[in-house]
Amino acid sequence: MSAVRTATDWGSLAPVLLQSIQETVYMVAVTLVIGGAAGLLIGAVLYATRPGNLFANRVVFGVLNLLINVIRPIPFIIFLTAVGPVTKAVAGTTLGTEAAIVPMTIMAAVVIGRVVEQNLVAVDPGIVEAALAIGAKRFAILFGLVIPEALAPLILGYTFMFIAVVDMSAMAGYIGGGGLGNFAIIYGYQQFNQEATWVTVAIIVVIVQIGQFIGNGLAQRVLRR
Amino acid sequence: MTERDGGPVTVISFDGVSKGFPATRRGSAVSALDDVDLAVERGSIVGVIGYSGAGKSTLVRLVNGLEKPTAGVVEVLGVDVGSASATQLRGLRGRIGMIFQQFNLFTSRTVRGNVAYPLKVAGWKKQDIAPRVAELLDFVGIGDKANSFPRALSGGQKQRVGIARAIAANPELLLADEATSALDPQTTGEVLALLKEINRTLGITIVVITHQISVVHELCDQVIVMDGGRVVDSGDTYRVFAHPRAALTERFVSAVTQGVPTGETLEALLLGGGTLISADVNEFTSEKAAEVFEKHGVRHTVVFGGVTDIRGRQLGTLTYRVHADEGVLDAVVAELSTRTRAQLLRAPDAPPAQETPARGEEVSS
Repeated sequence: MSAVRTATDWGSLAPVLLQSIQETVYMVAVTLVIGGAAGLLIGAVLYATRPGNLFANRVVFGVLNLLINVIRPIPFIIFLTAVGPVTKAVAGTTLGTEAAIVPMTIMAAVVIGRVVEQNLVAVDPGIVEAALAIGAKRFAILFGLVIPEALAPLILGYTFMFIAVVDMSAMAGYIGGGGLGNFAIIYGYQQFNQEATWVTVAIIVVIVQIGQFIGNGLAQRVLRR
Repeated sequence: MTERDGGPVTVISFDGVSKGFPATRRGSAVSALDDVDLAVERGSIVGVIGYSGAGKSTLVRLVNGLEKPTAGVVEVLGVDVGSASATQLRGLRGRIGMIFQQFNLFTSRTVRGNVAYPLKVAGWKKQDIAPRVAELLDFVGIGDKANSFPRALSGGQKQRVGIARAIAANPELLLADEATSALDPQTTGEVLALLKEINRTLGITIVVITHQISVVHELCDQVIVMDGGRVVDSGDTYRVFAHPRAALTERFVSAVTQGVPTGETLEALLLGGGTLISADVNEFTSEKAAEVFEKHGVRHTVVFGGVTDIRGRQLGTLTYRVHADEGVLDAVVAELSTRTRAQLLRAPDAPPAQETPARGEEVSS
């Protein structure tokens, strides 16, 4: 790598990098917990209100479905600034790690909602019919049977979303969200320091691999039943 | 309505029941049931038979209120399904067990978890559930599978779990929707035997939905034949089999008992010489048929057909080869015809050219 002339001063950069890793993990974790829970709810509502399903409701399904179809295709980098007013109202600012979490959580909830819905729709309707025939309540069927039935694919879906959220967090860095994306832009891209960029890439790959490994392992354990 | 003793008590009654489904984007409006009347008595095993699309599944879903009638009155265990509230319907479903063609087990739960589910729904105490589940699994013969997950079980074992789950909460009524259609013949026999035992030892009324006449033949006291959403024949199984009132019933019955030979089979039989006479066997048993032949001094050999047994009574059609003069034959056929359906069999077209008589078809009586 002799092309890279700039000798990186890791002595002063390392603490900044460490801070960035912490920020990324924090953003991703909060987004996954809040967005994941909201997404599960959105997905469950979408599934249950579908025509012919447990809580079939044309209006609720139609509105929610439309909302997701509108939000989901917006490129995240544009979405970040588009929801600025919401971010300001919730976090009090549009800059920094806390502010980045707001658009990340909204987008994650919407995408996870769709992922959850798709996995629930794949659950054998015969299971719902059997539970109805037994006389179970609809809420108990939805949360006690349908979601557990789809647990393995749901875990894989969430693992997939973990990676997507890491991706989002990097973009959040572009608008001052902090984290590894921010680090790569400031110390790598803007200072022509390819080494800093590659180190960031390596760390992100490691984070993603850890997440994928845990997700696959959990799904395997559930599937083995 | 729940007295166990005393005279027959109607557990299911349909009075002029129709069920239509409105037109959707995918298809036009459908009339699944059309003016159906029926009554099921406590303790009986009733078969509902018909081809797919005959309305059988709709009928069973009306019984447990998964569907509501668009016309008429459905009364089940004293509950008017059409006007019952959601809570009343859940209560009713708790008194009705159901088993399915594809078993519909909860794959995320163990066998134990599946069987315990209706008990939890019915509000059983935890300490009562465990022994009840163990007892049920022993009853259906899979006591060693409590901790297995459904995917590790064979089809027959899955249906046993389905049956244990269906009868767990002591239902008064068991609905079996094509419960043996996904099983091989041997497993089907085992499951039917289990259902029979449930009916006999637990006194649970069973309604069996099927397209397999053999299931009705082996299991059911009463049968309801459905075609195009209507009941075309119904009553005591033997009566319906022996004296079908609908063309569809005859078609089903001929699958159990070989009827009168036709086509190439008939041509081959005719080549064997003599005269062919076929006679239905019902209350007019094969022994009685033999007596008629003997009375007229006619040597007779069974060459085609079959007789089956329905609760100790014969049913079937036999074709005999006889050698006798024209006059005697006429007298025999005339006498048989007064007691059952009998006929002389002749070649469908012109008499075939004489060739070597076909063998192999002959079965001496």
